[in-house]
Amino acid sequence: MTPDLLIRNAHALDPATGLDSPRDILIHHGRIAAIELPGILPAGPEELDATGLTLAPGFIDIHVHLREPGQTYKETIATGTRAAAAGGFTTVVAMPNTLPVNDSVASLHWMLSPARNAAVNLCAMPAATLGSLGETLSDYEALANAGAVGFTDDGKPVLDSDIMWAALVASARLGLPISQHAEDTRLTGGCSMNFGPVAFRLGLRGMTIEAESNIVERDIQLLRDIEKVEGLRPHLHVQHVSTAKALAAIRLAKQQGLHVTCEAAPHHFTLTDEALEHFDTNAKMNPPLRAESDRQAVIAAILDGTVDCIATDHAPHAAYEKEVEFERAPNGITGLETALGLALRILHRDHGLPLAKIVTLMSTNPAQLIKLHDRGNLKPGSHADLVLFAPAAAWTYSAEVSLSKSKNSPFDGAPMLGQIHTTLSEGRIVHRAS
Amino acid sequence: MNLGSLLTVNGLPIAEVAHLLALTTQIEKMHPGERAKLLQGRRIALLFYESSTRTRTSFELAAKSLGATTTLVSDKSSSIEKGESLKDTGLTLRALGAECIILRHPASGAPELLERTCNLPVLNAGDGMHQHPSQALLDLRTILTRLNLDAATAHAKSLDGVTIVITGDIRHSRVARSNAMLLPRLGARVILCGPPELLPQHAIEGLATDPAATGWIEIIRDFDLALTLAHAAPHGCVAMMLRIQRERLAGLELDLADYIAHYQLTTERLATHAPNALVMHPGPMIRGLEIAGEVADCPNSAIEQQVTHGLAIRTALLVRALGATP
Ligand SMILES: [Zn+2]
Repeated sequence: MTPDLLIRNAHALDPATGLDSPRDILIHHGRIAAIELPGILPAGPEELDATGLTLAPGFIDIHVHLREPGQTYKETIATGTRAAAAGGFTTVVAMPNTLPVNDSVASLHWMLSPARNAAVNLCAMPAATLGSLGETLSDYEALANAGAVGFTDDGKPVLDSDIMWAALVASARLGLPISQHAEDTRLTGGCSMNFGPVAFRLGLRGMTIEAESNIVERDIQLLRDIEKVEGLRPHLHVQHVSTAKALAAIRLAKQQGLHVTCEAAPHHFTLTDEALEHFDTNAKMNPPLRAESDRQAVIAAILDGTVDCIATDHAPHAAYEKEVEFERAPNGITGLETALGLALRILHRDHGLPLAKIVTLMSTNPAQLIKLHDRGNLKPGSHADLVLFAPAAAWTYSAEVSLSKSKNSPFDGAPMLGQIHTTLSEGRIVHRAS
Repeated sequence: MNLGSLLTVNGLPIAEVAHLLALTTQIEKMHPGERAKLLQGRRIALLFYESSTRTRTSFELAAKSLGATTTLVSDKSSSIEKGESLKDTGLTLRALGAECIILRHPASGAPELLERTCNLPVLNAGDGMHQHPSQALLDLRTILTRLNLDAATAHAKSLDGVTIVITGDIRHSRVARSNAMLLPRLGARVILCGPPELLPQHAIEGLATDPAATGWIEIIRDFDLALTLAHAAPHGCVAMMLRIQRERLAGLELDLADYIAHYQLTTERLATHAPNALVMHPGPMIRGLEIAGEVADCPNSAIEQQVTHGLAIRTALLVRALGATP
């Protein structure tokens, strides 16, 4: 067991308890033992001076692709979680589109086993349907008992309305979310970017706004009907929302009291489809980078609370896979190490979102969303999953030094604000800025 | 970016356009024997993932007239190994001594990828629905020549008072994209014409990239009206017709009889609305679909000259690509 550690003189920020002031924090047996005004706690065997640093509950990313099993040349659970630690994340939720698809208790156990050497707390959302084929539900109850924090076919939608109904009903009985990749794939065949003037200029076929919003609207209607017919209260979580239209539907559903949550990805509030001007496959993702009006809508939805959390959709790909014709390149970018830097630059500096709100989006809310009650806060007794960062530090991201196995980031060389200093997972230091 | 490359007309400086037009005229005036020394012993690879008789032959003859050695790698030959990436094919050609690659590819943006990964000058001979820059330059030279404007120079006012109506399948046409981006920057008024399925409204927003363009670009869906407006231009007008690309229409409902009724360039339509219009078509044409056979052959037609100017323009592009000086 790690020895006790005393973190001194940090500026503690914990939206869960409303804390926003200088504190010392004592860690004992991997948990938060005490949190007090500076100078009260006795000196410990090990101390960390955090003067000038903000201390927050470690970030929780409910949407990452770790590529293991099956595509370990892109990423492994060990490398992906080290990249997560470097980005200040202490819990990540692995998506199921591995090879084979994570749709069984056996594969879930394998993934969550200590033998995978995860550097931080690892959770998983297994597939909503067997093989993510959209036809037969996986065994939700068994998977929930084995540790599933939700179900998703991410990478593709649950397209069939009857199957989606059944998925929402089954997950509602377990109190877990169905996390939906909202894309009407019947409308996006052959499309490789956002529909609009830029796609027209580049001669590429574009995905319409409606391909996303139609599915969101359909799913929200299912929630209404299920509440009425089944007397259940399903939880729909909409992944990586990228359009004003889908956000408006979610906002309305929330006002109507339905249990809908959603996430936004840093790239969607930072970049637009103009980033594809030179066919940069490192800016190719799904949902695609949208127009400026949609980017502004994502920011507005973050500011007004429609968006519940920031999730990176960290999607590593090998360089040779991205070095192909744009339409043939796989979707996705790495994102764990740039999330805080972009959130602070765009949301905090450019749009005045308070630091505490950033922590809400990156720790408090995602913890609540997947029901991690002793993480995502600084309460005594909670896991000592902590991040120390310098909120005003400006720096430049270099993909080359990323801890991820893959370097497919459109932010290589981009300015960042707010630098991770130290990340602790259950009291252990898992990342320290060099 | 490789200075000898030509990937797109988007952002191509007018000074470069001027240089290429002057170079074309200069090479054209040279004695064939002298011309054949310009690229003597230089190696040029034609990498064609899409068949094209016209463009391929044009580039090949241009290269040969300059004395260069050419090699053709096409999807019809066995040279493009099954599954080999574009990058690796480019690296192989470079290792074999190619100094410049002319690329035609069905994927938009492929020339950017090839240039980035093999670091050779790349000439884009047409990529997907994106660009066909040498076509835009040859069309420009054809327009200047036929309207008795100076074809050896180009500047921001070269096409002042000229209106060009581009009609047809603009959505799928790299020729239309290239011309609609280049010609307004030389002062031309460009009217895009076609049904919404083939010409979405946001085409304007997508193509009007240069705020400094002295000309302008607009959509007028009524072909007769577009021709009438063009006819009123003080320094000449052009009816540029596009091929209906049936292979790209998958999923689109297009009533061909209706299209012919509204958008085919017929003798009568031309005579009624714009009798002096210069008629252009990048080829290959479908006579009787987008253009009536008689119109293609009439005195207004510049279709054959476009081909001739294509050869001339491509000599200049190759000389520029390989850094030779005439
Ligand atoms: Zn997704």
